[in-house]
This record gives sequence, structure tokens and C-alpha cells, in this order.
Amino acid sequence: MSTELATPAPAVASGLGGGGRSGWGVGSIRPVLIILALLLIAVGIRQPDFYDPPVLLAFLKRAAPLIILAAGQYFVIVAGDFDLSVGSLVTAEVVIAARLIDGDPAATWPVIALLLGFGLLIGLVNGLVTTLLQVPSFITTLGMYLVLVGAVYTWTGGSPRGALSEEFRMFGRRGIDGVPVLGQLPYAVLVLSGVAVLAVLAMRSDFGKVLLAVGDNPRAARVTGARTARVRTIAFLASGLLAAVAAILLGGFGGVSFQVGQGLEFTAITAVVLGGVVLGGGRGSVAGAMLGALTLQTLLTLLNLLGVSGALSSAVQGLIILAAVAVGTLRRRT
Amino acid sequence: MRRSTPFLLAVCTAVAVGVVGCTSDVPGASPSAGPSGAGTGETSKFFVQADHDNELALRTKTATGPADKPWEQALDPKTVDTAKYKKAGPYHLCFSNAGVGNPWRQVGFKNMQAEVKLHPEIKTFTVADAESKDDKQISDITDLLGKGCDALIVSPNTTATLTPAVEQACAKVPVIVFDRGVNTKCPVTFINPIGGYAFGATGAEFLVEKVKPKGKILALRILPGVDVLEARWGAAKVVFDKSDLDVVGVEFTDGDAAKTKTIVTNYLQRFGDIDGIWMDAGATAVAAAEAFEDAGKPFPAIVGEDQQDFLKMWQDKKLTAIAPTYPTYQWRTPVIAALKILNGEAVASPWKLPQPTITSDNLSQYVQADMPPLHYAMCGCATLPGYPKDWGGK
Repeated sequence: MSTELATPAPAVASGLGGGGRSGWGVGSIRPVLIILALLLIAVGIRQPDFYDPPVLLAFLKRAAPLIILAAGQYFVIVAGDFDLSVGSLVTAEVVIAARLIDGDPAATWPVIALLLGFGLLIGLVNGLVTTLLQVPSFITTLGMYLVLVGAVYTWTGGSPRGALSEEFRMFGRRGIDGVPVLGQLPYAVLVLSGVAVLAVLAMRSDFGKVLLAVGDNPRAARVTGARTARVRTIAFLASGLLAAVAAILLGGFGGVSFQVGQGLEFTAITAVVLGGVVLGGGRGSVAGAMLGALTLQTLLTLLNLLGVSGALSSAVQGLIILAAVAVGTLRRRT
Repeated sequence: MRRSTPFLLAVCTAVAVGVVGCTSDVPGASPSAGPSGAGTGETSKFFVQADHDNELALRTKTATGPADKPWEQALDPKTVDTAKYKKAGPYHLCFSNAGVGNPWRQVGFKNMQAEVKLHPEIKTFTVADAESKDDKQISDITDLLGKGCDALIVSPNTTATLTPAVEQACAKVPVIVFDRGVNTKCPVTFINPIGGYAFGATGAEFLVEKVKPKGKILALRILPGVDVLEARWGAAKVVFDKSDLDVVGVEFTDGDAAKTKTIVTNYLQRFGDIDGIWMDAGATAVAAAEAFEDAGKPFPAIVGEDQQDFLKMWQDKKLTAIAPTYPTYQWRTPVIAALKILNGEAVASPWKLPQPTITSDNLSQYVQADMPPLHYAMCGCATLPGYPKDWGGK
């Protein structure tokens, strides 16, 4: 990573994971914390046993894949790019896993390694096409999305084949039993904690600072000697890798599925924006992005408890994106 | 003002949601209640009362034919004379297949290929796969007619669109249609099991019997607008409307495991518990049951199908379950019918096959640990050449 570089032009206060400014400014995590707190109170009123440790952990287990995806999407967005390919990548990973494992427990670990590698590969292609060929990332990853959707359909003929092993599904479904107070500690929550710590550390490193600088003002970052192409490519690699991790958890939770990743790219972008990260880059923290995902999952839980149909939840996501971007623009103008 | 805009907005949004959360009642408890108020919605335009009554009556009829070969049996057969099609072998048999886009069709197609191998008088077996596209199947049928087929088997992709193509084929060769139907009487025979109404009613009646009065039922459907699936739900709705069960939701799953599990998990969270799951097809029954397991809830009474993953779970976890079937052995029958027709023997038309139901009493004879999870037990394929290897078994 770019150790040759001093902290570039827009010196960013190192908040939680970098970029999170104190107070109420753009990119702050405080608004999302307040929304989250209010939503949690509302959920608690609606479902009084929500705060029992096992119920809370089960909730976190369901939220984990989205939070991990939001962390991946954050790296790309904060550098000023988009990754629209993550949803179809998740589907592709689950379909590949089922086909290759085909119920054979011995194949579990090699296939997991292959899935992580495939996620990195897709991230690398996205990154190189965006930086070397200078294709806008919106188009690059939209193209990758279509390529993956088409490839999965062609490869499988439109019907799921094969099966995931119990060993593979363990990560998304099971946990460590018999933990005092908590009951079962889900593996998904452990994976999530690991990802969260690494993501925050990455944003506190020099890499994180350069990434924010690139998103804030690419030209200035380049002038000050930052290897902008490299950090942006690394951001896509992170997004691909974390999509693979999310796919392993989601495949474990639901089993072989053709729709597991459908719409996830937009859910992840919504979460990131909700967390105070500015589309276009340069502002916002990875902690905010992950809190945004947690908030979105809490909101979806609340809507479900209120009996609002699933169809309306995408409308809610749309409103969040519109509101967050509008507020962000207003804030920067004043 | 600088600092307050996002904060105010955030607070307002959250408070608004919170207030709704504090005051509104659970509105999903009875979505768009139909005339009955049972939470099952309006009666579908696909519902045909006479067909419904006929299928329900057929369930208790005894089939004619060899009891150990249900694919050769027929219910209430009315035979047609086929002397005019009599022809000396060897034969060139052709098959226009709608597609192999799901495990049910994959198992079925293997059954048919194996059945062909049993008959040396079939010299050539030509298959065209329409890949679930109407236009491709129409041109497939035209192509096959130019290849000198002695008889044509058609499994139509959709009913109305394929009707003209089948009529065109009828003018040249004897045609046998199976699975989904066509809107013409020109084929020599139409082969299928009893049908969707019987399937749907059997599952729903089981829930009425097993679930306590006022028990909460979640109905899971694949998608709207497909006749056989509409029939399954149509019959189940009739049963539920007459019962005192509470249908708390009717949801579409797209036949997807992840989506099914999410829906069931959400219902469990919203209602605390669910007493019965009705499904119009069993492919995602395991995902539905898993949602209860992962939520730490007791398993509900559940309607599945004859796929191995579900049967195995049923046996292992001692579920309260039933599996109405839409047997894949019906893929053997068209080949048998074609040979009978070319031999001038009378065949049943329509040819209604029996549609067995798996219950906990006969479950053990259908669980096959060495077959893949997506294999359909009711394949009638155990004695066919290449079994179990060609079906993915060990």
C-alpha cells in the first residue's frame, strides 16, 4: 500500500475508521446512530423479547451479510466509484458452490477458497477496466452484473443443480453452542466482527487515507503523488472479496438459490448512503456504512413486524437514497 | 441552520416510523380478505368448478391396469380406436420437449429416455429441446415433422400458444400430448395425472385434519398465472375457506429457497408461531421447515412433495407432513402410448394416471438415501436401465 505518501490535501480527521467527522457534518455517523436508536426502541416496543441475547444475536446473524456487503461497497463508493456487480456476484458464488460441492463434505474448504478467489478475480477485472481502460465504474460494474447474470443462467439452464454440504452451510446457519448468557454464538456474527475490525483498521491505515483523498479530489490526490489507480483497484478487490464472504453466509442461511443476490447491490448502496457516506466519494466512514446496513436491516425488521409487505420495502429503500443524497447536496451547498 | 438539516430529518423520519410502530395494529393478519373472510383472497379466474369436482372425485377411483406399474394405469378410461395408425416397425419416434429447466423435468426426461431403451422397435428417438421458449418449440415441431417421424410426443411449454403447432402436426402424424395440455382435441391422446385441484386439496385437507382450530396457516405459492399452480391453490382455498383455520398469509416464493426461508422467518417473527405450511410445490419445503428449526420453533404441519431432500428431512426430524405428488413417471407413458398407437391398439383418451400421495405410513418406501437431494421419488424408474447412476444416484 502507498506508504510513500504523506496525508494528502484534504486532511481528514481520523474518526472511527477514518473520515468520520465529529459533530453533525457531512459524513458524520451521528445521524445514523440516532435513527438506529429510535428504530431499535420501536422494534423493542413491537417485539418485547427482541433484546433477549439469543433473539438479538439471531437478528445480527441475519444482518451480517448485508453489513459485510455494505463494508465492501463503502471502499468503492468512498473512492468515488460504484460496484453494481455485487448482487449477481453473490448469486453466482452460491450457484458455483452448490454445483462444485454437490453434497460432498470434503469439497467444502477447497470450494470456499475458490469462491474467495473468484470474488477477488471479479473485483480485479472491475478495478482494471475502471482504472486502466477508464470506463466509468457505473458502466463497468453494470456490464459485469449482466455478464454474471447471463453466465449463471447459461451454465445452469435456469434451474439449481447440486447441493451445498452441511459443513458449508454451517457458517450461515449455525454457531458455537453453549456460550453462557448468549446461548448460541452464530458463526456469521464472528465473521462479521472480524470483517468490521479489519475494515476499520484498513481505513485507519495509509491506504484508507489515500482512498478518501482519491474520492475527495482525484486530481489533487494524483498531483500529490497518490497511486489513484492502485487504491481504486484495491477497493474493487475488497468489494469482490467481501461479496464472496457475504455469499458464503447467505448460501449457508438459505441453501441453493437463484435469487439470493437479487437487488443486493442497491440494498448495499442504500445502507452505505444511510450511514452518511456521500455518493461521489471522499466523505463518510466505514463504521457509518456498516451502521447504515444495521439500521436498514432494523427498519426492514420493523416494517415486517408492522405487516408492511415486502414490495414496499424497496420503495422505502428508494426514498432513503433520494433523501440522503438530497440532504447531502443541500449540506454541501450551504 | 448549517448543522441541523440532516439531524432534524433523521429524527423526524425515525419518530414517524416509531409512532406508526406504537399505534398501528398488525395489518397483515388478514390481507384483502375474500368473500369468506378467511384470508385466502379472491377466487382466481382460473378456477373451474366442474374440473375441480371431477378431479376430487377421481382421487378415490380405482385405476385399471397393472398395480405395480402406475405409469401404465388409467383412471376412468375411455378408449379410442387407433387402427388407422397401425404401421410396421422399426419406428422413428420424435419428442418436442418444452424444456428441462427444473429438477422435475430433468428426472422426467431421464425416465423417458430410459423407457425408449426398453423398446428395440424404436430405431430412432429424436428430441428437440425448446428451452422453455414458445417460439422455439413451434419451430421445433415444424422441423421434426420434416424428419419422417412415425409419431410425435409433445410436452407443450404453454397451452394456448402451442395449440396451432400441435394442430399442424396432427394432420401429418399421430400426436401424443402430456403434462401441460393444448386447446385442441386433435392429439390421439392427452396423458397427465389427476391434476392440480387434487394435489392442492389433498395438502389442505391434511392441514385441516392436523392443525388445531384457529391455527395459523401460511400458504406459499411459486408464482401466479400458471394454470396447474392456480388449480392447486384454487382447491386449497376452497378447503381453507370451509375450515376454521386462519390463513395469515399467502406469499409468492418464485420457487426459490432463500426467498422462501426469508418469508417464513419474517412470518415467524411477526406472528410468533405458525401452525401449518401449505405449499403449491414442494421444491422449497426444506427451506420453509429450516426456518422453524433456525428460529427455535417447533416444526409446523407441512405440505411438501416427493423430492428426496424433503422426504429425508421428514423421516429424520419426524415431521407432521404429507406429500401430494405430480409423478414424474408420467414421462414413461407417452412412449408406451406411442407404441400402442403404432401397433393399432386402443389407448385411453384422455389417459388419466393415478396420483399417489406420500404419508407417514408409506414414507419409508420412498426415502432413498443413495439418490441426490433433488431427485423425485415417484419416478417409477427403479427398474429402468441405467438406474440409479443415470439419475445421479450411487
